[in-house]
Amino acid sequence: MDNFVALLMGFLSVVLVNNFVFTKFLGTCPYIGVSGRLDRALGMGLAVTFVTALSGTLTWLVDAYVLTPLHLEITRYICYIVIIAGAVQLVEMYVRRFFPSLYEAFGIFLPLISTNCVILGICLFLDVWGTDNLIEAVVISTGTGIGFTVAICIMAGIREELALSDVPEALKGAPITLITAGILTMAFMGFAGMIK
Amino acid sequence: MSASNGSSPYSAALLSGLWKENPTFRLLIGLCPPLAVTAAVKPALTMGLSVIFVLVCSNLVVSLMRNLLKPHLRIIMFTVTIATFVTICDLFLKAFTPTMSEILGAYVPLIIVNCLIIFRAEACASKSGLVVSILDAIGMGTGFTLALCVLASIRELLATGRVFEIQVMPDAFVPWLALQMPVGAFVTLGLLLGLIAALTRKKGA
Repeated sequence: MDNFVALLMGFLSVVLVNNFVFTKFLGTCPYIGVSGRLDRALGMGLAVTFVTALSGTLTWLVDAYVLTPLHLEITRYICYIVIIAGAVQLVEMYVRRFFPSLYEAFGIFLPLISTNCVILGICLFLDVWGTDNLIEAVVISTGTGIGFTVAICIMAGIREELALSDVPEALKGAPITLITAGILTMAFMGFAGMIK
Repeated sequence: MSASNGSSPYSAALLSGLWKENPTFRLLIGLCPPLAVTAAVKPALTMGLSVIFVLVCSNLVVSLMRNLLKPHLRIIMFTVTIATFVTICDLFLKAFTPTMSEILGAYVPLIIVNCLIIFRAEACASKSGLVVSILDAIGMGTGFTLALCVLASIRELLATGRVFEIQVMPDAFVPWLALQMPVGAFVTLGLLLGLIAALTRKKGA
């Protein structure tokens, strides 16, 4: 039971308190770039969640059972990036085979997930936070992906409204998006200190 | 061959990154470091120099192997090249400036997935010769570093009253602590972009 509560807390912590977009600025590029429409943002978020969960788990396994016993920590970044690229390739083939229309809608953004900072970020932070068992690694990496989805969907919802509102000429586009992101960040700061 | 004829594509490659195609202010790519490490000038400068190093090395290698690239394996070849140089850079920082390495933390390895570097490998180095690629990398890297430093000096000045850890503001100045937090990063960059848009629009009209 204690374990379960700890896992739940860890999960909530990465979704809300330590949300990667709001507190660590990871994944800001798609956050600013793709979040124009809600349905596309949701699709993007789900794809990222899947890749994050998969590559977070895989890199944790490789780190714990291959790199650390063999003292190959120096090749860590290269191994991580190859695993991530492989996972993205897998998702891309799967989506192309089973959801051709979604594949068309994503276009170039799907292969670019491999260069999404959230994914490499979680692989690195799993190491920094000293995650010591597999279940924890799975839960935290899934939570990070969901946190990203939450952030990008909130942003897309706001931007759909922003498109209709009267924004000063100079602030149109990226500047107002960044300022909105700043205010959202402030809102999410309310969760700080709720869970460690 | 006169010098001016030969140098014009080179100087264009070098200069475009500084302002016309400034990665942070104009193209809006590689936004994580400008937001994450600009709470003070020193880490921002370290980050900028690391990015210049990685960008120059990766552009050099990608430009040398541009005839060997296969279309579907391109991205992974780029990222493996970049990851190698980032590892070198990370070990160097750990050895020579341990405190900086601690402040920057995971953001140094995250240079691997900085869109700026992959974008330059794709858009420039995989198509152009060695000299143009290196000049382009230096120009883009410098533009990126300048942007980081501008952002960091504004935030450090208003959040602590110091720039580069030297007291600038009078003692009566009340620090705006919010600017040191994530909020400050987003809002400062947003307002700065707005300012640039306003200025360039006036010039164009």
